[in-house]
Amino acid sequence: MISKEVVEKVAKLSRLNLDEAEIALYAEQLSQILDTMEGLQQIDTDGVVPLAHVLPIENVFREDDVGQCFRQEEVLANAPEQSDGMFQVPKIV
Amino acid sequence: MTISRLTIHELHELLVKKEISAVELTREHLDRIQKLDGDVKAYITVTDQLALEQAKAVDAKISAGESIGTLAGIPMAVKDNLCTKGINTTCASKMLDGFQPQYSATVVHKLQAENAILLGKANMDEFAMGSTTENSAFFATKNPWNADCVPGGSSGGSAAAVAADLAVYSLGSDTGGSIRQPASFCGIVGLKPTYGAVSRFGLIAFASSLDQIGPLAKDVTDTALILNAITGYDKQDSTSAKYDYPDYTKALTGDVKGLRIGLPKEYLGEGIDPEVEAQVRAAAAKLEELGAVVEECSLPYTRYAMPAYYLIAPAEASSNLGRYDGVRYGLRVQAKDVVDMFCDTRKQGFGAEVKRRIMLGTYALSSGYYDAYYLKALKVRNLIKQDYDQAFAKYDCLIAPTAPTTALHKGQNQDPLALYKGDICTIPSNLAGIPALSLPYGLDKNQMPIGVQLLGKAFAEPTLLQVAYALEQNTTLTRLKPNQGKGL
Repeated sequence: MISKEVVEKVAKLSRLNLDEAEIALYAEQLSQILDTMEGLQQIDTDGVVPLAHVLPIENVFREDDVGQCFRQEEVLANAPEQSDGMFQVPKIV
Repeated sequence: MTISRLTIHELHELLVKKEISAVELTREHLDRIQKLDGDVKAYITVTDQLALEQAKAVDAKISAGESIGTLAGIPMAVKDNLCTKGINTTCASKMLDGFQPQYSATVVHKLQAENAILLGKANMDEFAMGSTTENSAFFATKNPWNADCVPGGSSGGSAAAVAADLAVYSLGSDTGGSIRQPASFCGIVGLKPTYGAVSRFGLIAFASSLDQIGPLAKDVTDTALILNAITGYDKQDSTSAKYDYPDYTKALTGDVKGLRIGLPKEYLGEGIDPEVEAQVRAAAAKLEELGAVVEECSLPYTRYAMPAYYLIAPAEASSNLGRYDGVRYGLRVQAKDVVDMFCDTRKQGFGAEVKRRIMLGTYALSSGYYDAYYLKALKVRNLIKQDYDQAFAKYDCLIAPTAPTTALHKGQNQDPLALYKGDICTIPSNLAGIPALSLPYGLDKNQMPIGVQLLGKAFAEPTLLQVAYALEQNTTLTRLKPNQGKGL
Protein backbone atom coordinates (compact mmCIF):
# COMPACT_ATOMS: atom_id res chain seq x y z
CA MET A 1 0.00 0.00 0.00
CA ILE A 2 1.37 3.37 -1.03
CA SER A 3 0.47 6.12 1.41
CA LYS A 4 -0.25 9.72 0.50
CA GLU A 5 3.00 10.65 2.27
CA VAL A 6 4.98 8.35 -0.05
CA VAL A 7 3.18 9.83 -3.08
CA GLU A 8 4.08 13.33 -1.89
CA LYS A 9 7.71 12.32 -1.43
CA VAL A 10 7.89 10.71 -4.88
CA ALA A 11 6.18 13.75 -6.43
CA LYS A 12 8.82 15.96 -4.87
CA LEU A 13 11.61 13.75 -6.22
CA SER A 14 9.87 13.88 -9.64
CA ARG A 15 9.57 17.67 -9.52
CA LEU A 16 5.82 17.36 -10.00
CA ASN A 17 3.41 19.67 -8.26
CA LEU A 18 0.32 17.51 -7.57
CA ASP A 19 -3.02 18.62 -6.16
CA GLU A 20 -4.93 16.74 -3.44
CA ALA A 21 -7.12 14.83 -5.88
CA GLU A 22 -4.09 13.66 -7.86
CA ILE A 23 -2.28 12.57 -4.69
CA ALA A 24 -5.26 10.45 -3.64
CA LEU A 25 -5.68 8.98 -7.11
CA TYR A 26 -2.00 8.09 -7.54
CA ALA A 27 -1.85 6.57 -4.04
CA GLU A 28 -4.62 4.20 -5.05
CA GLN A 29 -3.42 3.47 -8.58
CA LEU A 30 0.26 3.05 -7.71
CA SER A 31 -0.76 0.66 -4.92
CA GLN A 32 -2.75 -1.45 -7.38
CA ILE A 33 0.01 -1.42 -9.98
CA LEU A 34 2.75 -2.27 -7.48
CA ASP A 35 0.61 -5.12 -6.11
CA THR A 36 0.80 -6.81 -9.49
CA MET A 37 4.57 -6.35 -9.46
CA GLU A 38 4.80 -8.46 -6.31
CA GLY A 39 4.68 -11.61 -8.46
CA LEU A 40 8.27 -10.85 -9.48
CA GLN A 41 9.43 -11.50 -5.92
CA GLN A 42 8.48 -15.19 -6.27
CA ILE A 43 11.05 -15.75 -8.99
CA ASP A 44 14.42 -17.09 -7.96
CA THR A 45 16.89 -14.71 -9.60
CA ASP A 46 19.98 -15.71 -7.62
CA GLY A 47 22.94 -15.60 -9.96
CA VAL A 48 20.95 -13.94 -12.77
CA VAL A 49 22.76 -10.97 -14.26
CA PRO A 50 20.57 -7.83 -14.49
CA LEU A 51 19.97 -7.02 -18.17
CA ALA A 52 19.89 -3.24 -18.61
CA HIS A 53 20.59 -3.50 -22.30
CA VAL A 54 20.08 -6.20 -24.93
CA LEU A 55 23.06 -5.56 -27.18
CA PRO A 56 26.70 -6.16 -26.30
CA ILE A 57 27.68 -2.54 -25.90
CA GLU A 58 31.18 -1.19 -26.09
CA ASN A 59 32.30 2.31 -25.39
CA VAL A 60 32.31 4.29 -28.63
CA PHE A 61 35.42 6.35 -29.20
CA ARG A 62 35.92 9.01 -31.82
CA GLU A 63 38.58 11.49 -32.79
CA ASP A 64 38.30 14.79 -30.95
CA ASP A 65 37.43 16.68 -34.12
CA VAL A 66 35.25 19.73 -34.30
CA GLY A 67 32.08 18.77 -36.17
CA GLN A 68 29.01 20.65 -37.18
CA CYS A 69 27.52 22.59 -34.29
CA PHE A 70 24.64 24.95 -33.71
CA ARG A 71 24.95 28.72 -33.69
CA GLN A 72 23.96 30.44 -30.45
CA GLU A 73 20.68 31.73 -31.85
CA GLU A 74 19.75 28.23 -33.03
CA VAL A 75 20.41 26.81 -29.58
CA LEU A 76 18.27 29.53 -28.02
CA ALA A 77 15.53 29.36 -30.65
CA ASN A 78 13.08 27.46 -28.43
CA ALA A 79 14.01 29.15 -25.13
CA PRO A 80 10.96 30.32 -23.17
CA GLU A 81 13.04 33.28 -22.00
CA GLN A 82 16.54 34.38 -22.88
CA SER A 83 18.86 37.20 -22.03
CA ASP A 84 22.33 38.15 -23.32
CA GLY A 85 22.70 34.89 -25.25
CA MET A 86 21.74 32.76 -22.26
CA PHE A 87 18.71 30.82 -21.04
CA GLN A 88 16.97 32.93 -18.43
CA VAL A 89 15.32 31.39 -15.35
CA PRO A 90 13.71 32.83 -12.21
CA LYS A 91 16.00 33.90 -9.41
CA ILE A 92 17.70 30.88 -7.80
CA VAL A 93 19.18 32.36 -4.61
CA MET B 1 -8.63 3.86 -60.19
CA THR B 2 -8.27 5.08 -56.63
CA ILE B 3 -4.59 5.88 -56.43
CA SER B 4 -4.67 6.56 -52.70
CA ARG B 5 -5.34 2.87 -52.07
CA LEU B 6 -2.19 1.67 -53.81
CA THR B 7 1.03 0.48 -52.20
CA ILE B 8 4.53 1.93 -52.52
CA HIS B 9 5.60 -0.66 -55.08
CA GLU B 10 2.45 -0.19 -57.17
CA LEU B 11 2.76 3.61 -57.10
CA HIS B 12 6.47 3.46 -57.93
CA GLU B 13 5.61 1.64 -61.17
CA LEU B 14 3.06 4.32 -62.08
CA LEU B 15 5.54 7.13 -61.33
CA VAL B 16 8.28 5.53 -63.40
CA LYS B 17 5.88 4.93 -66.31
CA LYS B 18 4.75 8.58 -65.94
CA GLU B 19 1.13 7.46 -65.58
CA ILE B 20 0.88 9.74 -62.55
CA SER B 21 3.10 12.50 -61.24
CA ALA B 22 4.37 12.88 -57.70
CA VAL B 23 2.46 16.17 -57.46
CA GLU B 24 -0.81 14.48 -58.46
CA LEU B 25 -0.20 11.71 -55.97
CA THR B 26 0.62 14.19 -53.21
CA ARG B 27 -2.41 16.38 -54.05
CA GLU B 28 -4.64 13.30 -53.92
CA HIS B 29 -3.44 12.56 -50.39
CA LEU B 30 -3.65 16.19 -49.25
CA ASP B 31 -7.20 16.36 -50.61
CA ARG B 32 -8.15 13.23 -48.73
CA ILE B 33 -6.61 14.64 -45.54
CA GLN B 34 -8.58 17.85 -46.00
CA LYS B 35 -11.79 15.91 -46.63
CA LEU B 36 -11.47 13.11 -44.08
CA ASP B 37 -8.97 13.99 -41.38
CA GLY B 38 -11.37 16.31 -39.60
CA ASP B 39 -13.09 13.05 -38.74
CA VAL B 40 -10.22 10.54 -38.39
CA LYS B 41 -7.83 13.01 -36.72
CA ALA B 42 -4.68 11.11 -37.62
CA TYR B 43 -2.55 14.24 -38.09
CA ILE B 44 -1.41 16.86 -35.61
CA THR B 45 0.41 18.85 -38.30
CA VAL B 46 -0.02 18.70 -42.08
CA THR B 47 3.00 19.94 -44.06
CA ASP B 48 1.16 20.59 -47.32
CA GLN B 49 3.45 23.27 -48.79
CA LEU B 50 6.59 21.27 -48.07
CA ALA B 51 4.98 18.10 -49.46
CA LEU B 52 4.13 19.80 -52.76
CA GLU B 53 7.62 21.30 -53.05
CA GLN B 54 9.19 17.88 -52.43
CA ALA B 55 6.82 16.33 -55.01
CA LYS B 56 7.74 18.93 -57.64
CA ALA B 57 11.43 18.12 -57.12
CA VAL B 58 10.73 14.42 -57.71
CA ASP B 59 8.73 15.19 -60.87
CA ALA B 60 11.64 17.31 -62.12
CA LYS B 61 13.97 14.33 -61.67
CA ILE B 62 11.59 12.01 -63.52
CA SER B 63 11.18 14.53 -66.38
CA ALA B 64 14.95 14.88 -66.61
CA GLY B 65 15.16 11.13 -67.13
CA GLU B 66 16.91 10.49 -63.80
CA SER B 67 16.23 7.16 -62.16
CA ILE B 68 14.37 7.37 -58.86
CA GLY B 69 14.37 5.11 -55.81
CA THR B 70 11.27 3.15 -54.79
CA LEU B 71 10.32 5.59 -52.03
CA ALA B 72 10.77 8.70 -54.20
CA GLY B 73 7.59 10.70 -54.63
CA ILE B 74 5.60 8.49 -52.24
CA PRO B 75 3.65 10.47 -49.59
CA MET B 76 4.07 9.35 -45.98
CA ALA B 77 3.59 10.44 -42.38
CA VAL B 78 5.86 10.28 -39.35
CA LYS B 79 4.87 10.02 -35.72
CA ASP B 80 5.08 13.31 -33.87
CA ASN B 81 7.88 12.11 -31.57
CA LEU B 82 10.34 12.12 -34.48
CA CYS B 83 12.20 15.40 -34.77
CA THR B 84 11.64 17.31 -38.01
CA LYS B 85 13.77 20.42 -38.39
CA GLY B 86 11.67 23.59 -38.37
CA ILE B 87 8.40 21.60 -38.21
CA ASN B 88 6.34 21.30 -35.03
CA THR B 89 7.26 18.18 -33.06
CA THR B 90 4.96 17.91 -30.07
CA CYS B 91 4.93 14.32 -28.78
CA ALA B 92 1.18 15.09 -28.49
CA SER B 93 2.02 16.96 -25.27
CA LYS B 94 1.26 20.46 -24.06
CA MET B 95 4.87 20.38 -22.85
CA LEU B 96 6.15 20.56 -26.45
CA ASP B 97 3.29 22.47 -28.10
CA GLY B 98 4.93 24.66 -30.75
CA PHE B 99 8.38 23.09 -30.34
CA GLN B 100 10.37 23.20 -33.59
CA PRO B 101 13.53 21.08 -33.46
CA GLN B 102 16.82 22.49 -34.73
CA TYR B 103 17.60 19.15 -36.39
CA SER B 104 15.85 16.17 -37.95
CA ALA B 105 15.92 12.56 -36.80
CA THR B 106 18.26 10.25 -38.73
CA VAL B 107 15.27 8.31 -40.12
CA VAL B 108 13.76 11.56 -41.41
CA HIS B 109 17.06 12.42 -43.14
CA LYS B 110 17.21 8.94 -44.62
CA LEU B 111 13.68 9.19 -46.04
CA GLN B 112 14.37 12.69 -47.35
CA ALA B 113 17.50 11.37 -49.05
CA GLU B 114 15.18 8.87 -50.78
CA ASN B 115 12.97 11.80 -51.89
CA ALA B 116 10.04 10.63 -49.77
CA ILE B 117 7.18 13.13 -49.46
CA LEU B 118 6.39 14.19 -45.88
CA LEU B 119 2.63 14.83 -45.53
CA GLY B 120 2.76 15.60 -41.84
CA LYS B 121 3.13 14.53 -38.25
CA ALA B 122 0.90 11.82 -36.83
CA ASN B 123 -1.03 11.87 -33.57
CA MET B 124 0.02 9.59 -30.70
CA ASP B 125 -0.41 8.98 -27.01
CA GLU B 126 1.45 11.71 -25.13
CA PHE B 127 5.19 10.85 -25.09
CA ALA B 128 4.21 7.44 -26.56
CA MET B 129 2.67 6.37 -23.26
CA GLY B 130 -0.57 4.55 -23.92
CA SER B 131 -2.26 2.07 -26.20
CA THR B 132 -5.33 3.96 -27.44
CA THR B 133 -4.09 7.40 -28.67
CA GLU B 134 -6.65 8.81 -26.23
CA ASN B 135 -3.74 10.15 -24.16
CA SER B 136 -2.92 12.74 -26.83
CA ALA B 137 -3.12 16.17 -25.20
CA PHE B 138 -4.76 17.53 -28.37
CA PHE B 139 -7.43 15.07 -29.55
CA ALA B 140 -8.18 11.36 -29.89
CA THR B 141 -7.75 9.58 -33.24
CA LYS B 142 -10.56 7.38 -34.54
CA ASN B 143 -10.21 3.88 -35.87
CA PRO B 144 -10.97 4.06 -39.63
CA TRP B 145 -12.81 0.72 -39.35
CA ASN B 146 -15.23 1.93 -36.70
CA ALA B 147 -15.39 5.47 -35.36
CA ASP B 148 -16.46 4.17 -31.93
CA CYS B 149 -13.19 2.29 -31.57
CA VAL B 150 -9.67 3.45 -30.80
CA PRO B 151 -6.92 3.02 -33.43
CA GLY B 152 -4.62 1.58 -30.76
CA GLY B 153 -1.47 3.28 -29.67
CA SER B 154 0.75 4.83 -29.07
CA SER B 155 1.36 5.16 -32.85
CA GLY B 156 -2.41 5.43 -33.44
CA GLY B 157 -2.20 8.40 -35.81
CA SER B 158 0.46 6.64 -37.90
CA ALA B 159 -1.73 3.51 -38.14
CA ALA B 160 -5.02 5.31 -38.82
CA ALA B 161 -3.40 7.47 -41.54
CA VAL B 162 -2.30 4.37 -43.47
CA ALA B 163 -5.53 2.42 -42.90
CA ALA B 164 -7.65 5.39 -44.08
CA ASP B 165 -5.37 5.99 -47.11
CA LEU B 166 -4.30 9.38 -45.74
CA ALA B 167 -0.66 8.28 -46.25
CA VAL B 168 0.88 5.45 -48.26
CA TYR B 169 2.97 4.41 -45.25
CA SER B 170 4.18 5.86 -41.99
CA LEU B 171 6.81 5.58 -39.31
CA GLY B 172 5.97 4.89 -35.70
CA SER B 173 7.92 3.97 -32.59
CA ASP B 174 7.51 0.85 -30.48
CA THR B 175 8.55 0.69 -26.82
CA GLY B 176 6.09 -2.00 -25.70
CA GLY B 177 3.98 -2.63 -28.81
CA SER B 178 3.26 0.90 -30.02
CA ILE B 179 3.73 0.04 -33.71
CA ARG B 180 2.35 -3.51 -33.72
CA GLN B 181 -0.80 -3.07 -31.63
CA PRO B 182 -2.17 -0.09 -33.63
CA ALA B 183 -1.21 -1.91 -36.86
CA SER B 184 -3.25 -4.86 -35.59
CA PHE B 185 -6.23 -2.68 -34.55
CA CYS B 186 -6.22 -0.88 -37.94
CA GLY B 187 -5.65 -3.88 -40.21
CA ILE B 188 -2.20 -2.99 -41.60
CA VAL B 189 1.35 -4.36 -41.34
CA GLY B 190 3.60 -3.04 -38.56
CA LEU B 191 7.17 -4.01 -37.75
CA LYS B 192 9.30 -3.37 -34.69
CA PRO B 193 12.86 -3.94 -35.85
CA THR B 194 15.68 -5.44 -33.79
CA TYR B 195 16.90 -3.04 -31.11
CA GLY B 196 19.77 -1.08 -32.65
CA ALA B 197 18.83 -1.74 -36.31
CA VAL B 198 17.24 1.70 -36.80
CA SER B 199 18.92 4.80 -35.40
CA ARG B 200 17.06 6.43 -32.52
CA PHE B 201 18.83 9.76 -33.07
CA GLY B 202 16.09 12.39 -33.10
CA LEU B 203 13.44 10.08 -31.65
CA ILE B 204 12.23 11.85 -28.51
CA ALA B 205 13.12 9.31 -25.83
CA PHE B 206 10.59 7.40 -23.74
CA ALA B 207 12.50 4.29 -22.55
CA SER B 208 15.85 4.26 -24.31
CA SER B 209 16.69 0.56 -23.90
CA LEU B 210 13.32 -0.43 -25.43
CA ASP B 211 12.42 2.23 -28.03
CA GLN B 212 12.68 1.34 -31.72
CA ILE B 213 11.43 3.15 -34.83
CA GLY B 214 9.71 1.07 -37.49
CA PRO B 215 7.33 1.05 -40.46
CA LEU B 216 3.54 0.82 -40.70
CA ALA B 217 2.55 -0.22 -44.22
CA LYS B 218 -0.16 -1.60 -46.49
CA ASP B 219 1.64 -4.82 -47.32
CA VAL B 220 4.73 -6.90 -46.64
CA THR B 221 6.65 -5.74 -49.73
CA ASP B 222 6.24 -2.11 -48.67
CA THR B 223 7.47 -3.02 -45.19
CA ALA B 224 10.65 -4.49 -46.69
CA LEU B 225 11.17 -1.42 -48.90
CA ILE B 226 10.85 0.99 -45.95
CA LEU B 227 13.16 -1.17 -43.86
CA ASN B 228 15.78 -1.01 -46.62
CA ALA B 229 15.72 2.78 -46.31
CA ILE B 230 15.75 3.19 -42.53
CA THR B 231 18.04 0.49 -41.13
CA GLY B 232 21.78 1.00 -40.75
CA TYR B 233 24.52 1.99 -38.36
CA ASP B 234 24.49 5.62 -37.19
CA LYS B 235 27.36 7.07 -35.22
CA GLN B 236 24.98 9.59 -33.67
CA ASP B 237 23.17 6.80 -31.80
CA SER B 238 25.50 5.18 -29.28
CA THR B 239 23.32 2.04 -29.25
CA SER B 240 23.18 1.67 -33.04
CA ALA B 241 24.20 -1.83 -34.13
CA LYS B 242 27.07 -2.39 -36.55
CA TYR B 243 25.68 -5.08 -38.80
CA ASP B 244 25.71 -6.03 -42.46
CA TYR B 245 22.10 -5.00 -43.14
CA PRO B 246 20.66 -7.01 -46.05
CA ASP B 247 18.32 -6.09 -48.90
CA TYR B 248 15.08 -7.06 -47.19
CA THR B 249 13.17 -7.55 -50.47
CA LYS B 250 15.34 -10.65 -51.08
CA ALA B 251 13.40 -12.32 -48.26
CA LEU B 252 10.13 -12.09 -50.21
CA THR B 253 10.32 -15.55 -51.77
CA GLY B 254 6.91 -16.90 -50.83
CA ASP B 255 8.57 -20.14 -49.77
CA VAL B 256 8.42 -21.36 -46.17
CA LYS B 257 9.14 -25.05 -46.80
CA GLY B 258 11.06 -26.59 -43.94
CA LEU B 259 10.93 -23.46 -41.74
CA ARG B 260 10.47 -24.33 -38.07
CA ILE B 261 7.75 -22.28 -36.43
CA GLY B 262 6.93 -22.30 -32.72
CA LEU B 263 3.49 -21.57 -31.29
CA PRO B 264 4.17 -20.46 -27.68
CA LYS B 265 1.38 -21.63 -25.39
CA GLU B 266 1.80 -18.68 -23.00
CA TYR B 267 0.48 -16.35 -25.73
CA LEU B 268 -2.74 -18.35 -26.11
CA GLY B 269 -5.60 -19.38 -23.85
CA GLU B 270 -6.63 -17.35 -20.82
CA GLY B 271 -6.89 -13.64 -21.45
CA ILE B 272 -6.82 -13.99 -25.25
CA ASP B 273 -10.03 -13.45 -27.19
CA PRO B 274 -11.03 -16.85 -28.69
CA GLU B 275 -11.55 -15.27 -32.12
CA VAL B 276 -8.00 -13.88 -32.02
CA GLU B 277 -6.59 -17.23 -30.93
CA ALA B 278 -8.51 -19.00 -33.71
CA GLN B 279 -6.92 -16.74 -36.34
CA VAL B 280 -3.42 -17.31 -34.95
CA ARG B 281 -4.01 -21.06 -35.13
CA ALA B 282 -5.44 -20.66 -38.65
CA ALA B 283 -2.32 -18.78 -39.76
CA ALA B 284 -0.13 -21.49 -38.21
CA ALA B 285 -2.16 -24.16 -40.02
CA LYS B 286 -1.77 -22.26 -43.29
CA LEU B 287 2.01 -22.17 -42.82
CA GLU B 288 2.00 -25.90 -42.13
CA GLU B 289 0.04 -26.40 -45.34
CA LEU B 290 2.73 -24.38 -47.14
CA GLY B 291 5.43 -26.71 -45.89
CA ALA B 292 6.56 -25.17 -42.59
CA VAL B 293 6.90 -27.31 -39.48
CA VAL B 294 4.73 -25.92 -36.67
CA GLU B 295 5.03 -27.03 -33.05
CA GLU B 296 3.67 -25.78 -29.73
CA CYS B 297 6.41 -24.47 -27.49
CA SER B 298 6.79 -22.72 -24.15
CA LEU B 299 8.28 -19.42 -22.95
CA PRO B 300 7.68 -19.87 -19.21
CA TYR B 301 8.68 -16.37 -18.06
CA THR B 302 6.22 -14.60 -20.39
CA ARG B 303 3.76 -13.81 -17.61
CA TYR B 304 6.40 -11.82 -15.76
CA ALA B 305 7.05 -9.56 -18.73
CA MET B 306 4.21 -7.15 -17.91
CA PRO B 307 5.35 -6.40 -14.32
CA ALA B 308 9.02 -6.23 -15.37
CA TYR B 309 8.21 -3.89 -18.26
CA TYR B 310 6.05 -1.57 -16.16
CA LEU B 311 8.99 -1.08 -13.81
CA ILE B 312 11.77 -0.76 -16.40
CA ALA B 313 9.97 1.48 -18.92
CA PRO B 314 8.66 3.99 -16.34
CA ALA B 315 12.07 4.00 -14.60
CA GLU B 316 13.77 4.98 -17.85
CA ALA B 317 10.97 7.44 -18.65
CA SER B 318 11.24 9.16 -15.28
CA SER B 319 14.88 9.84 -16.09
CA ASN B 320 14.38 10.77 -19.77
CA LEU B 321 11.51 13.14 -19.03
CA GLY B 322 13.57 14.97 -16.43
CA ARG B 323 14.68 17.27 -19.26
CA TYR B 324 11.25 18.95 -19.43
CA ASP B 325 11.89 21.65 -16.88
CA GLY B 326 10.81 24.81 -18.70
CA VAL B 327 14.37 26.08 -19.11
CA ARG B 328 15.60 25.41 -22.65
CA TYR B 329 12.49 24.62 -24.70
CA GLY B 330 8.81 23.79 -24.39
CA LEU B 331 6.31 25.05 -21.89
CA ARG B 332 7.27 27.32 -19.02
CA VAL B 333 4.88 28.22 -16.22
CA GLN B 334 6.01 31.34 -14.41
CA ALA B 335 6.66 30.99 -10.68
CA LYS B 336 8.44 32.91 -7.95
CA ASP B 337 11.50 30.68 -7.82
CA VAL B 338 13.16 28.15 -10.05
CA VAL B 339 12.03 24.98 -8.24
CA ASP B 340 8.40 26.09 -8.30
CA MET B 341 8.87 26.90 -11.98
CA PHE B 342 10.03 23.30 -12.60
CA CYS B 343 7.22 21.77 -10.56
CA ASP B 344 4.41 23.95 -11.95
CA THR B 345 5.64 23.56 -15.54
CA ARG B 346 5.60 19.78 -15.16
CA LYS B 347 2.21 19.87 -13.44
CA GLN B 348 0.61 21.76 -16.32
CA GLY B 349 2.67 20.34 -19.16
CA PHE B 350 2.22 16.60 -18.56
CA GLY B 351 -1.02 14.63 -18.80
CA ALA B 352 -2.25 12.07 -16.25
CA GLU B 353 -0.66 8.94 -17.77
CA VAL B 354 2.74 10.61 -18.18
CA LYS B 355 2.68 11.77 -14.56
CA ARG B 356 1.62 8.29 -13.42
CA ARG B 357 4.57 6.69 -15.20
CA ILE B 358 7.04 9.31 -13.96
CA MET B 359 5.81 8.64 -10.42
CA LEU B 360 5.99 4.86 -10.84
CA GLY B 361 9.48 5.03 -12.31
CA THR B 362 10.77 7.46 -9.71
CA TYR B 363 9.40 5.18 -6.98
CA ALA B 364 11.06 2.09 -8.52
CA LEU B 365 14.40 3.90 -8.70
CA SER B 366 14.21 5.56 -5.29
CA SER B 367 16.40 4.66 -2.37
CA GLY B 368 15.06 1.62 -0.52
CA TYR B 369 13.05 0.28 -3.48
CA TYR B 370 15.68 0.11 -6.21
CA ASP B 371 16.80 -3.48 -5.50
CA ALA B 372 13.32 -4.88 -4.88
CA TYR B 373 11.77 -3.36 -7.97
CA TYR B 374 14.12 -2.02 -10.64
CA LEU B 375 17.03 -4.44 -10.19
CA LYS B 376 14.67 -7.39 -9.80
CA ALA B 377 12.91 -6.39 -13.04
CA LEU B 378 16.24 -6.26 -14.89
CA LYS B 379 17.07 -9.79 -13.73
CA VAL B 380 13.67 -11.03 -14.87
CA ARG B 381 14.30 -9.27 -18.17
CA ASN B 382 17.35 -11.50 -18.60
CA LEU B 383 15.24 -14.61 -17.92
CA ILE B 384 12.74 -13.47 -20.56
CA LYS B 385 15.56 -13.00 -23.06
CA GLN B 386 16.93 -16.46 -22.21
CA ASP B 387 13.46 -17.94 -22.89
CA TYR B 388 13.65 -16.52 -26.41
CA ASP B 389 17.29 -17.62 -26.88
CA GLN B 390 16.24 -21.18 -26.10
CA ALA B 391 13.20 -21.01 -28.36
CA PHE B 392 15.20 -19.63 -31.29
CA ALA B 393 17.76 -22.41 -30.94
CA LYS B 394 14.89 -24.65 -32.05
CA TYR B 395 12.62 -22.41 -34.15
CA ASP B 396 13.20 -19.91 -36.95
CA CYS B 397 10.14 -17.91 -35.98
CA LEU B 398 7.36 -17.80 -33.40
CA ILE B 399 3.71 -17.07 -34.14
CA ALA B 400 1.38 -15.44 -31.59
CA PRO B 401 -1.38 -12.84 -31.29
CA THR B 402 -0.32 -9.19 -31.55
CA ALA B 403 -2.90 -8.14 -28.98
CA PRO B 404 -5.31 -10.10 -26.78
CA THR B 405 -8.31 -8.46 -28.46
CA THR B 406 -9.33 -6.46 -31.51
CA ALA B 407 -9.71 -2.65 -31.22
CA LEU B 408 -11.03 -1.41 -27.89
CA HIS B 409 -14.02 0.90 -27.70
CA LYS B 410 -13.18 4.52 -27.08
CA GLY B 411 -13.88 6.28 -23.83
CA GLN B 412 -13.80 3.07 -21.78
CA ASN B 413 -10.14 2.92 -21.02
CA GLN B 414 -9.81 4.61 -17.63
CA ASP B 415 -8.19 1.76 -15.70
CA PRO B 416 -4.42 1.98 -16.27
CA LEU B 417 -3.71 -1.55 -15.05
CA ALA B 418 -6.27 -3.09 -17.42
CA LEU B 419 -4.61 -1.27 -20.32
CA TYR B 420 -1.12 -2.37 -19.23
CA LYS B 421 -2.35 -5.97 -19.29
CA GLY B 422 -3.37 -5.44 -22.93
CA ASP B 423 0.33 -5.19 -23.80
CA ILE B 424 1.17 -8.76 -22.72
CA CYS B 425 1.76 -10.08 -26.24
CA THR B 426 4.04 -7.26 -27.40
CA ILE B 427 6.22 -6.21 -24.44
CA PRO B 428 8.32 -9.38 -24.06
CA SER B 429 10.00 -8.77 -27.44
CA ASN B 430 10.90 -5.18 -26.49
CA LEU B 431 12.50 -6.47 -23.29
CA ALA B 432 14.54 -8.97 -25.36
CA GLY B 433 15.28 -6.52 -28.21
CA ILE B 434 14.09 -8.96 -30.89
CA PRO B 435 12.16 -8.06 -34.07
CA ALA B 436 8.41 -8.66 -34.30
CA LEU B 437 5.90 -8.06 -37.07
CA SER B 438 2.12 -7.72 -36.93
CA LEU B 439 0.26 -8.98 -39.99
CA PRO B 440 -3.51 -8.52 -40.49
CA TYR B 441 -5.23 -11.89 -40.64
CA GLY B 442 -8.98 -11.70 -41.09
CA LEU B 443 -11.77 -9.96 -39.21
CA ASP B 444 -13.71 -10.73 -36.05
CA LYS B 445 -17.50 -10.98 -35.86
CA ASN B 446 -17.74 -7.19 -35.51
CA GLN B 447 -15.79 -6.74 -38.74
CA MET B 448 -12.70 -5.48 -36.91
CA PRO B 449 -9.21 -6.61 -38.00
CA ILE B 450 -7.23 -9.29 -36.15
CA GLY B 451 -3.43 -9.15 -36.04
CA VAL B 452 -1.09 -12.12 -36.02
CA GLN B 453 2.40 -11.54 -34.66
CA LEU B 454 5.62 -13.11 -35.93
CA LEU B 455 8.72 -12.99 -33.73
CA GLY B 456 12.31 -13.83 -34.61
CA LYS B 457 15.77 -13.70 -33.08
CA ALA B 458 17.83 -10.50 -33.30
CA PHE B 459 18.30 -9.41 -36.95
CA ALA B 460 15.88 -12.09 -38.23
CA GLU B 461 13.69 -9.47 -39.96
CA PRO B 462 14.18 -11.35 -43.27
CA THR B 463 12.63 -14.49 -41.73
CA LEU B 464 9.62 -12.51 -40.44
CA LEU B 465 9.14 -10.89 -43.85
CA GLN B 466 9.51 -14.26 -45.57
CA VAL B 467 6.79 -15.85 -43.42
CA ALA B 468 4.49 -12.83 -43.61
CA TYR B 469 4.90 -12.66 -47.39
CA ALA B 470 4.05 -16.35 -47.75
CA LEU B 471 0.82 -15.80 -45.81
CA GLU B 472 0.05 -12.67 -47.82
CA GLN B 473 0.55 -14.45 -51.15
CA ASN B 474 -1.46 -17.50 -50.20
CA THR B 475 -4.54 -16.03 -48.51
CA THR B 476 -6.87 -13.09 -48.95
CA LEU B 477 -6.92 -12.44 -45.19
CA THR B 478 -3.97 -10.06 -45.00
CA ARG B 479 -5.10 -7.27 -47.31
CA LEU B 480 -8.00 -5.72 -45.49
CA LYS B 481 -9.75 -2.43 -46.14
CA PRO B 482 -12.20 -0.56 -43.94
CA ASN B 483 -15.72 -0.19 -45.28
CA GLN B 484 -15.42 2.60 -47.82
CA GLY B 485 -19.14 3.29 -47.44
CA LYS B 486 -18.41 5.08 -44.17
CA GLY B 487 -16.87 7.95 -46.07
CA LEU B 488 -13.37 6.50 -46.01
